Amino acid sequence: MAKSQVTMKINGKTVEALVEPRTLLIYFLRDQLGITGPHIGCDTSHCGACTVDLDGKSVKSCTVFAVQADGGNVITIEGIANPDGTLHALQEGFRQMHGLQCGFCTPGMITRAYRLLQENKNPSEEQIRYGISGNLCRCTGYQNIVKAIQYAAAKLNGVPFQEAAE
Amino acid sequence: MNDMTPTSAERAEKLEGMGCKRKRVEDIRFTQGKGNYVDDIKLPNMLYGEFNRSPYGHARVKKIDTTKAAAVPGVVAVLTAETLKTVNLAWMPTLAGDVQMVLADGYVLFQNQEVAFVIADSREAAADGADLVEVEYEQLPVNVDPLKAMAPNAPVIREDQKGKAEGAHGKRKHYNHIFSWQAGDKAAADAAFAKADVTIREMISYPRVHPCPLETCQCVASFDKIKGELTLYGTFQAPHVIRTVGSLISKIPEHKIHVISPDIGGGFGNKVGAYPGYICSIVASIVTGVPVKWTESRIDNLSTTAFARDFHMDMELACTKDGKLLGLRCYTIADHGAFDACANATKWPAGLFSIISGSYDIPAAHCLVDGVYTNKAPGGVAYRCSFRVTEAAYAIERAMDIMAQKLGMDPADFRMKNLIRREQFPYTSAFGWQYDSGDYQTALTKAMEAVNYKKLREEQKAKREAFKRGETRELMGIGIIHFTEIVGAGPSRNCDILGIAMFDSAEIRIHPTGSGICRLGTKSQGQGHETTYAQIIATELGLAADNIAVEEGNTDTAPYGLGTYGSRSTPVSGAACAMACRKIKAKAQMIAAYMLEVHDDDLEWDVDRFRVKGNPERFKTMTELAWAAYHEVPPGMEPGLEAVDYYDPPNFTFPFGAYVCVVDVDVDIGAVKVRRFYALDDCGTRINPMIIEGQIHGGLTEAFGIAMGQEIHYDDDGNVTTASFLDYFVPTAVETPHWETDWTTTPSPHHPIGAKGVGESPNVGGVPCFSNAVNDAFAFLGSTHIQMPHDHWRVWTAAEKLGLHA
Repeated sequence: MAKSQVTMKINGKTVEALVEPRTLLIYFLRDQLGITGPHIGCDTSHCGACTVDLDGKSVKSCTVFAVQADGGNVITIEGIANPDGTLHALQEGFRQMHGLQCGFCTPGMITRAYRLLQENKNPSEEQIRYGISGNLCRCTGYQNIVKAIQYAAAKLNGVPFQEAAE
Repeated sequence: MNDMTPTSAERAEKLEGMGCKRKRVEDIRFTQGKGNYVDDIKLPNMLYGEFNRSPYGHARVKKIDTTKAAAVPGVVAVLTAETLKTVNLAWMPTLAGDVQMVLADGYVLFQNQEVAFVIADSREAAADGADLVEVEYEQLPVNVDPLKAMAPNAPVIREDQKGKAEGAHGKRKHYNHIFSWQAGDKAAADAAFAKADVTIREMISYPRVHPCPLETCQCVASFDKIKGELTLYGTFQAPHVIRTVGSLISKIPEHKIHVISPDIGGGFGNKVGAYPGYICSIVASIVTGVPVKWTESRIDNLSTTAFARDFHMDMELACTKDGKLLGLRCYTIADHGAFDACANATKWPAGLFSIISGSYDIPAAHCLVDGVYTNKAPGGVAYRCSFRVTEAAYAIERAMDIMAQKLGMDPADFRMKNLIRREQFPYTSAFGWQYDSGDYQTALTKAMEAVNYKKLREEQKAKREAFKRGETRELMGIGIIHFTEIVGAGPSRNCDILGIAMFDSAEIRIHPTGSGICRLGTKSQGQGHETTYAQIIATELGLAADNIAVEEGNTDTAPYGLGTYGSRSTPVSGAACAMACRKIKAKAQMIAAYMLEVHDDDLEWDVDRFRVKGNPERFKTMTELAWAAYHEVPPGMEPGLEAVDYYDPPNFTFPFGAYVCVVDVDVDIGAVKVRRFYALDDCGTRINPMIIEGQIHGGLTEAFGIAMGQEIHYDDDGNVTTASFLDYFVPTAVETPHWETDWTTTPSPHHPIGAKGVGESPNVGGVPCFSNAVNDAFAFLGSTHIQMPHDHWRVWTAAEKLGLHA
């Protein structure tokens, strides 16, 4: 099959490559580039394990062709950490609040929350729950994921984190 | 001692041992996208395999033509049953004593059954090839209803078994019958029913569901022709079992098989068994001489690998008129699908289902289970529960409510009256299980007080009156349950898998500088083993948890173990870990005595050191003793500081809990809103309260999914209609309720650290609690039992049947 040339910025680095037109962005990242943080958990765009940030929006990279991302700016879990190499508040929050167990949904979940906190700097619990409803987790029951995102929001806003009473 | 010397308590805190809410070691890599899951593995020249699958629920395979598939650019080979026959692998043995087709051999017996395996140089080419395998079928009559499987004219599911009078578990009653299994005393149970004042009987069905971990089943097989060695990476909850079974099936010597389970993206029972994808990948690697990867799609996962439940329980209880339980009888039809591939200990075709007497002192009981074949996917795994325990807990907890309703008693009072009392432990049930420890009344009382149960019932009464007056269209339901699990399989006198006793193991090496590594036969799939095993060692050996590496999942380096499922890691490997530590500690004590020039008996242990009794200034820390073990051991003692322990548990452990759920049901749209869910768990000694709470949140969420919406459903033609996330309910953050957790602590008397296991309790207790709450909402209208799942449609239908929409 004839291949197409694509150029995109991935985690701050410009990448040029030849891809089959039918190659999905998730397979381009995982199989062709070895960026294996985003995962694949379903065939129907429901689970969100493959979530990446494309041009300032959360996208399910199993539902985007690599050629559609041509010229775009892609951020994956591998590009979330702070420029100085320290962990992003979300990465820290997920660990502090026990927001993950098997870790399979975590890259997509953090990448989605990364965009959510830019869309809404101080989301309520309800807004967080709706904001991550495109990302499934089978282990945590979400309660600690919500707390992890609240922890990160507080840190990014420079205010002390107050855990809601049980 | 001067004031600067840290106290024992301060030193203990620094170790981050048992009881500490230690942050997880695993999270450092997972939060940065640096986990290493099977699909992340890419080996040089690796090929990809994809299945062609049956579109029919039951058909004769007349012809398979692979010509077009083989001609697809990139396709390297196509395997069919005929190819597999040349290596005697068209069929494989199951863990349950049956045989299963690896690829369709003359017939297909369920929809999406594996028919051909296409191997290509890309995922896409393999999928193209799989689409172009041409198969000619002749459709046959289908049966997907287990209750009709043993009818006189039922379709024959297994031609290969038709004439066999005996199965793996004894006599067969019918050509679709797999096994009969019973426990308890039938005569005693019948006598109890004969003298009872009040009896109830209800058909309680637990629908077919699927564990559905977010990562599907997958593997990479790499066969080295020169060495004759196979390396198999896979999503295996039990890597050593896969190695042994793999060797028995393939005839590759076991020492030439290397099984590696890297990070696993959830298991919940789905990843215990051996599947055709593994066998085909191995054969494909042998045939092609290069590594072959197989990655299951979500649809393949939900429709072919390892369903759970599908238990249909005719449940009876007998009681005195004042509410004392006298007897229990249960007759169950178990749907095992087309092949009996359930994952149970080999002698237990219905698992530990005889825990069905639950938390109650029932003098006489009997249960009988008949397993049957249908045109559905094989499996019968324990989805986040010990073998068939959640089915049992569902039946008894639903039946308790139904009996309370008939007696006119409050369900909590009825339970309280019949709970096994604290002074009865160790308690032997009518089925012969020896419950190790419990304090059930305390747990139930604490739960009732926490939610103000009395007030909830008063509110419910007022709402029911308002409903009757037409002032509201909402009904309030309260679910209350007390469950007891049986986990930690298991004692070798009870449990084996294919003859291998279900012990587990730990091997600990302490390095000269006082750090160390622990290797185990279990395999975490998200439970946090790297964090918690190190905490056990920290407390046992007085070395900081941060200085202990925990390694699982490599059969070359880990001691033999039976893997992680059935909440067995803490009860079995956790015990092995503690026992290995104690061997190390005993040696360290001798070294300390030698160094301090005292007798062993003159030393006492203090958090992280041996000190001389009555003279605490004289001591040797474990770190000092580790160094000494490598250069200053007493004459005649071997150097080094390591131990291995294979732990054969003397008994199972019996975690328990008391849960309360409050729901509001909109009778006009059938919507159920969970207002409150309170879970009190007693898992014995608590190793990491943060991880326990996380496990309970997750298990409750899975229970919520099962009770409120999950079902693997087949239509009458054998089409599986719920095989993707479009149709199979997995709760998102929006539907998932808020969880309140609580605990009591009743250590297990026979476990070295008193721990019982916790990961599955919330699923076992959660499902009946949700279901009881929904059923309770309608109980005052005379309804006794509404089948799960309690989705809008079914709840609306229940309301309709009760005439609430008139």
